[in-house]
Amino acid sequence: MALKQTPSQTVGPYFAYGLTPEQYGYPHRSIAGPGMVRPETAGERIRFEGRVLDGAGEAIPDAMIELWQADAAGRYAHPADPRGANAPFSGFGRAGTGSDPENRFVFETVKPGATGDDQAPHLNLIVFMRGLLSHVYTRAYFADEAEANAADPVLAGVPQERRGTLVAAREEGPEGVVYRFDIHMQGARETVFFDV
Amino acid sequence: MLGSEAYKPRDWASHPPLVYPAYKSTVLRGPSKPLVPLKQRLSELTGPVYGQESLGPLDHDLTRNGAKDGEPLGERIVVTGRVLDEDGRAVPDTLIEIWQANAAGRYIHEADRHDAPLDPNFFGGGRCVSDREGRYRFHSIRPGAYPWGNHPNAWRPNHIHFSLFGPSLATRLVTQMYFPGDPLLDLDPIYLAVPAGARQRLIADFSRDATEPGFALGYLFDIVLRGRAATPMEG
Repeated sequence: MALKQTPSQTVGPYFAYGLTPEQYGYPHRSIAGPGMVRPETAGERIRFEGRVLDGAGEAIPDAMIELWQADAAGRYAHPADPRGANAPFSGFGRAGTGSDPENRFVFETVKPGATGDDQAPHLNLIVFMRGLLSHVYTRAYFADEAEANAADPVLAGVPQERRGTLVAAREEGPEGVVYRFDIHMQGARETVFFDV
Repeated sequence: MLGSEAYKPRDWASHPPLVYPAYKSTVLRGPSKPLVPLKQRLSELTGPVYGQESLGPLDHDLTRNGAKDGEPLGERIVVTGRVLDEDGRAVPDTLIEIWQANAAGRYIHEADRHDAPLDPNFFGGGRCVSDREGRYRFHSIRPGAYPWGNHPNAWRPNHIHFSLFGPSLATRLVTQMYFPGDPLLDLDPIYLAVPAGARQRLIADFSRDATEPGFALGYLFDIVLRGRAATPMEG
């Protein structure tokens, strides 16, 4: 039986109490939030943060980013990854941009390992917002993984002049390691979005 | 690769475009460059897993999960259906999250300034997990229409927001369910952004069979996620 896909619709302006309630202070439990690590989670602690910028360069206050990643050993917590479970790390986080004064998303997570195929370590991101009718996918690679990035097949499929939009800058400060990754929806620095 | 099959592509004849000028906020927010094709690998063939253990006891029942000192006002509804893939196979054990306005057309979200009353006994958010046959079921209150600023005298049709994961990152879907016979549909640029042939898939069917006698009107809304590609993916 051949069926047709249900069409996508925008997440709208009021997703926060449904999808990211704890982050925004609503009385509803979140299945996932911006804090992805527990004390016993293995790996290098990182903060992954950025803004989502519209075509006028304004930081968007009602976007939501979903983050899906491998653990520090490069394993995904999913049955299609045959290498075994990697508790206590689900690899999934959600952050809205509406609870930060600069409209940033801010994830606390661990740096993922290489997944064991030919891919460089990376974060998989899904972008939602009011005014976006179908979600878009992108990836964040790590600036300190230049050698692995140079061999990554997904980056190789991106025009060279746009690859930089997929690389998060690393900063080490008193609060630890921060990777910054602004997402440009449009413009000269428009982030590469993938048709997955 | 790893015994997994890729998922069929997103069917852009079914989904709205990324920029649809009649919906004004798409103009500065929708990507302007073409999407870059990406061959699915382990990163896309996996995805977040949330099953029954992620649910609270009243998560599926919006008529009760926000109640403080009574019942919410409005017309009680049952929203039920199946989550399927493009080959008609059930998508079991997948998380479905919903959120909606109350019967007066007001969201509990603090940014909603519509001058309509909040209902102290209605929150408007819920979730459930599909069963082995892909079935899901919510109890709720029929949401009201509400005005928005897109164009003069613009009103959103009654709708419920749906979020689904499916088995992988590739099957992710966020959509909206509408109600049959709503005169606002043909005036709504968010609905009209969907290609004409696909719009009907967003409208639930009234169902007497799903109606619970003396309690709530039934609506059926099946959701179709991306299916597996016919051929195994190359290494």
